[in-house]
Amino acid sequence: MLEFRVKAQRGHFSLDVSCRFAAEWTVIFGPSGAGKSTILRILAGLDIPQEGRIVFSEQTLTDTSLRINLKPGRRRTSLVAQHPALFPHLSVAKNVSYGLAGLDSRGRISRVGEMLEMVDAKDLANRLPRDLSGGEAQRVALARSLAPLPRLLLLDEPFSALDGAASDSLLLRLQHWTSQHGAQTILVTHDATDAFAAGAEVALLREGRIRAQGSAVDVLNLERERMIKRLDGTA
Amino acid sequence: MIDWQAFALTLKLATVTTAILLVIAVPLSALLVLGKSRWLALLEALTALPLVLPPTVLGFFLLVLLGLRTSVGRGIAAILGHPLAFSFEGLVVGSVIYSLPFAVQPIVAGFSAVESSLIDAARLLGAGPPRLVWSLLVPLARRSILAAAVLGFLHTVGEFGVVLMLGGDIPGATRTLSIVLYNQVENFDYAAANRTAALLLGLSIIALAAIYIGGRWRGARDA
Repeated sequence: MLEFRVKAQRGHFSLDVSCRFAAEWTVIFGPSGAGKSTILRILAGLDIPQEGRIVFSEQTLTDTSLRINLKPGRRRTSLVAQHPALFPHLSVAKNVSYGLAGLDSRGRISRVGEMLEMVDAKDLANRLPRDLSGGEAQRVALARSLAPLPRLLLLDEPFSALDGAASDSLLLRLQHWTSQHGAQTILVTHDATDAFAAGAEVALLREGRIRAQGSAVDVLNLERERMIKRLDGTA
Repeated sequence: MIDWQAFALTLKLATVTTAILLVIAVPLSALLVLGKSRWLALLEALTALPLVLPPTVLGFFLLVLLGLRTSVGRGIAAILGHPLAFSFEGLVVGSVIYSLPFAVQPIVAGFSAVESSLIDAARLLGAGPPRLVWSLLVPLARRSILAAAVLGFLHTVGEFGVVLMLGGDIPGATRTLSIVLYNQVENFDYAAANRTAALLLGLSIIALAAIYIGGRWRGARDA
C-alpha cells in the first residue's frame, strides 16, 4: 500500500496530489506536462517536495514536517525512465549488477543471468550500451532496476522504444515477475492503450492534480467524455 | 650546461605536487558538483583564489604562515624538526595551493558534464557519494582528470614567484629550473638560459601533446 500527499512547485507548475494506491499495479495517466514524472521522482527520493508525506508498506519514506527523507538507494524503490541511462563505460552485465553490491560474486552472476533472461537480453551481456538499439537499452535498464528486487517499482514510459508486440510481451512478463516478487508497480503514461494493457487501477492526472481514480474503463471514459465536450465546445 | 640537479628537483616537485593535487582535487570537485550547501560557493571561490592572486603575494603569505613567527609554523617545525619555509616540503605545500585551481577546474567541468540521469540511476541503485565518484564520475571524466594532472604538473614546473618567495634558491632543496633560468639571465649567460628555456618548453609541449593525443585516441575509439 502506497499512500502519499505531496506539494511541489517547479517554476510556474504546481503539483498538489493526495492519493492511496492499494492495487498491485497502478497507472498514472495524463498528458505531457501533467506532473507524472515529477511524482515518480519524488516517490523515488530523487526530488524532495516542498511539503508532503509518503508512506509505503507502513514505512515513512518522506515526511517534510519531521524532516524525514530516505535516500533513493535506501527505499528499495526502482525507477525506470524513458531514457535508459545505462552506464556507458560498463558492459550490460556490469550495468545490471551495479545495484547488487550486497551479494557475493556467485549471487551477482546468478541474479544478472536471471534478470537478463527475464527481459530476453541474455545474449547482450557482454555488449557495451553504445552497441545496443533503443529497445535493447530499455530492456537492459529494466533488468538493472529489477535486479535489487525492489518493493516499489516506478515505470516512466519505459517501453517507448519498443514496438507494440514487444512492449505487450515485456509488460506481461513484468506483471508476472512483480506478482511473484510482491512488488507494487506505478506506471506513468500518456498513452491510453498502456493504461488498458496493464489492466490496472488508473489515476488520471491533469495540471498537477489527480482528477479521477478507479478502473481503467471508468477513468478513461470520463476523460473521453471530457475530450468530446471540449471538441463540441460545451466544456 | 643544463643544471640536471635542478631538472631532477623540478620533476620531483611536479610529480609529488600532481599526485597530491589529484588526491585533493577529485573529492573536492565531486563535492563542488554534487553538494547542495550554499557554503560551497565560498569554498569554490577560495579554491579559485590562486588564479587571481599574484604568486609573490601567495608566496609571501605562505612564507609568513609557515615560518617560525606563527604558531602554525612553529607547530609544523616541531613535528618535522625544521621549518617548512625554505624546504622542499614547503615548496610542495605552496605548489599544491598555487596549482589547485588548475586541477580542480577541469575536473569540475568533467564531472558536471556527466549526465544527471546517470547519477540518478546510480543513486537509485544504492551508490553513496564515494561509490558514485569512483565508479561513475572518475571513469566518465577521465580525460578531464588527465588534463588536470597535466596542467597541474606543467604549472608546477613553470612556477617561479611562489618558489622564490617560499623556497629561496637552495641547490638540491628548492632550486628549480625556473630559478636556474632566472639566475642565468641575471648573469647574462644567455646560451645556458636558452638551453634551460628550451628544456622547459620541450616539457610543456610533450605534456600538452599527451592530452591531445589522448583526446584524439578516445575520439577515434568512440566514433
